Amino acid sequence: MKTGPGRDGQQRRGAGRPAPTGTGLPEAQERWVRTGGIELCVAELGDPDRPTVMLVHGYPDSKEVWSEVARRLADRFHVVLYDVRGCGRSTAPRPLRGGFTLEKLTDDFLAVADAVSPDRPVHLVGHDWGSVQAWEFATVRRTEGRIASFTSMSGPSLDHFGHWIKKRLGRPTPGRAAQLLNQGAKSWYVYLLHTPALPELAWKGPLGKRWPGILQRVEKVPGGDYPTASLPTDAAHGAWLYRDNVRARLRHPRADAYAHCPVQLIIPTGDAFLSQRLYDDLDRWAPQLVRRTLPAKHWVPRTRPDQLATWIGEFVTAKEEGDPAKDVAASGPYADRFGGQLVLVTGAASGIGRATAFAFAEAGARIIAVDRDAEGAARTADMARLIGAPEAWGETVDVSDEAAMEKLADKVDAEYGTVDVLVNNAGIGLSGSFLDTTSEDWKKVLDVNLWGVIHGCRIFGRRMADRGQGGHIVNTASAAAYQPSRILPAYSTSKAAVLMLSECLRAELAGQGIGVTAICPGLVNTGITGTARFTGVSEEEEKRRQAKAARMYGMRNYPPEKVADAILRAVVHNQAVVPVTPEARGAHLLSRFAPRTLRALARLKPPV
Amino acid sequence: MASVTSATAAATGELTAELKGFREVQRLAYACAEAVAAQLKPGVTERAAARMQREWLHERGVRDWFHLPFAWFGDRTAFVNFRVPLQFFPTNRELEPGMPFILDMAPVHNGCTADIGYSGCLGLNPVHDRLLADLEAHRDLILREVRERRPLREIYEDVDRLMVRQGYANRHRAYPFGVIAHKVDRVRQRRWSPTLFGFGTQSLKGLASDALHGHREGWSPLWSPYTFSDHPPQPGLWAVEPHLGFRGTGAKFEEILVVTDSRDPQESAFWLDDDLPHVRRWQEERAA
Repeated sequence: MKTGPGRDGQQRRGAGRPAPTGTGLPEAQERWVRTGGIELCVAELGDPDRPTVMLVHGYPDSKEVWSEVARRLADRFHVVLYDVRGCGRSTAPRPLRGGFTLEKLTDDFLAVADAVSPDRPVHLVGHDWGSVQAWEFATVRRTEGRIASFTSMSGPSLDHFGHWIKKRLGRPTPGRAAQLLNQGAKSWYVYLLHTPALPELAWKGPLGKRWPGILQRVEKVPGGDYPTASLPTDAAHGAWLYRDNVRARLRHPRADAYAHCPVQLIIPTGDAFLSQRLYDDLDRWAPQLVRRTLPAKHWVPRTRPDQLATWIGEFVTAKEEGDPAKDVAASGPYADRFGGQLVLVTGAASGIGRATAFAFAEAGARIIAVDRDAEGAARTADMARLIGAPEAWGETVDVSDEAAMEKLADKVDAEYGTVDVLVNNAGIGLSGSFLDTTSEDWKKVLDVNLWGVIHGCRIFGRRMADRGQGGHIVNTASAAAYQPSRILPAYSTSKAAVLMLSECLRAELAGQGIGVTAICPGLVNTGITGTARFTGVSEEEEKRRQAKAARMYGMRNYPPEKVADAILRAVVHNQAVVPVTPEARGAHLLSRFAPRTLRALARLKPPV
Repeated sequence: MASVTSATAAATGELTAELKGFREVQRLAYACAEAVAAQLKPGVTERAAARMQREWLHERGVRDWFHLPFAWFGDRTAFVNFRVPLQFFPTNRELEPGMPFILDMAPVHNGCTADIGYSGCLGLNPVHDRLLADLEAHRDLILREVRERRPLREIYEDVDRLMVRQGYANRHRAYPFGVIAHKVDRVRQRRWSPTLFGFGTQSLKGLASDALHGHREGWSPLWSPYTFSDHPPQPGLWAVEPHLGFRGTGAKFEEILVVTDSRDPQESAFWLDDDLPHVRRWQEERAA
């Protein structure tokens, strides 16, 4: 039996009507749900017969914060949003004090859930205070059976938070004390919101006016029709969320706050208000927790709607299908970060490119393996599917061919989506003294090693930037980019250009949440030696030197898999320049602190 | 090896008595691998699996070894993070559902040596299935190039290239001297047959004397990527063991390749036995 004050209050179930214009969701049907003296404004999108996904907004927001995510989910699900009491077009309790307790918010949730999905449990999604509330919904007994799954972002359970603080205060080791201080500093606004009247005055005055600008500047939220005009009252009323709950719950956290539904946790790594450490003990409260990390700031529903819609959709679908054998998250390291993302790797038929594609596949990413060698690219895609990629495709393209790259980008956009991680890896080797290198040789090596990277960055980077939801570009440079040598003048030049291109592009795209990394592998055991050109020697001699180089690289035997790991790590930590092998790191150090040593080494004539 | 140089046609399926002896031991070893593999279940450790092989063969009269049985489970099948040879020895790693495993043993019976490797997995593992299927190309490649009398080092490199094309890592490089194969021979039967670091002393003695002869004549009983293997195939019995690795999953087969000094390509080299579990598996897959 479901009970609760929310059930007893009358509910007015009017037929849905279109939302008024200017709300950010003109295609939604709106209705009002009445509970405990409050009228809640509820918006619905999509087919009501589909599974219901309920999106709960945070502070200071209204349901329109979800508009972009809701639109992306509406074709697959019955999407429901509502203005929390006191926010948006829902009415506020009188008096405000004591009207925002988690118990009352739970009543609201049950009333809305019963109105929009009386027979089936709903899939909850909460952001910020919406997630804080939803944790309460997901952990109290009276909602059991009404929630099918819960996706949480940027809002911990106050009970879990209380236990988190107690554990750290109880035995404040240096590490734990640092975690406490860190989160304590991030919570500055919570203290301010507890002062009487001041927050209301600020929100209704200058802060309310400046807030949209602050969001755009500091939080990188795209402009447009959000926040809505109701912001000052939303924010003023919402202050009572903190005053009614925070002190009470943190002081006396519930001991039985265990989730009774599957939970997916999405952690924005750049969140200015919540430390990632807050979720360290979460597995204790939520068994089978699925973790995701997202390189973004706090307002992810505005800044990363594509990624959120993908993860929510995947999680909800998996729970609806109820197939326990089908894991949502892949098993590899960084699966929380790359699961479901679209990764394009050039030069993916062999060596570092192939190993990189496999590493991303293991992390659950969708893979596009691009190479001139059709068979090799198809093989990479094939194997990628075996080890965890939900989807993988092989594409045959020569990266130096601009038109072909444009065509590929159009195809990718139309069929697979926007690329989240681009790895410009394709490259060829060329060895021989400068005076023996013909202009034809130069053209060939620059076409692939430099122009290939330029085309990739320009064509796919443009689409990434246009989408405005971040991403990452990895360019494979080389240790030869900073290590001069008399045997690789053309190759080194091309790679030095790639290194500088990456650095410049990194500066340009930083503001748009797109990271750029230059990888400098060093001597890695790949097929590049077997196909490298050696200038100024006979064909026979070239064959001999290729075999010799291949043997030398084989003796060194640094596996491309380690470079692939370095690439994933570099993307996760957004590193700028990553030398990989010890010799590459050594040369990188020398190039900065003892460049004359490197120049002396460059003069050495290696035995042929 | 006199008997091998006069081996009768492999095509007719008739082998000299001596080769038959080797084939019997190889079959016995594969029967052991299949019997032990059938008994593996979750929770069995590598040590237990190795002991099961040892006991099974001991019951059937095996008293000497080229090397004692090995068992590798999970990512140890791909020798992940192997740095010292001691890591080859069986550990307390427990088998879990879906895990690949490799049983590798080299019993000596009636003076004949076998050295076999058996790959399997507990339950479903699509990656492992693919690895096993892709091993077939290596078996064909090795036989073809040995018949062409290509230098062993070049064949080694061709196998390497095929692995790279398939997307795999060469894991036999992790074996001592990085060998893809080594010679095996008759072993004198003694009442006492001690082992040294898992290897039978009699067999080691044979290998050492081969190495000495080879060193004088310009060949080596170890088939490695190094210059000492830069010679055409030496007549004799070679235990060939290509070992593929792919991100924490490894698979290999190991069986005896007979090399003779016959001029007829068919007779110059042939697999001692074509009725082996992995070969049957490929045939069944083709038939299906």
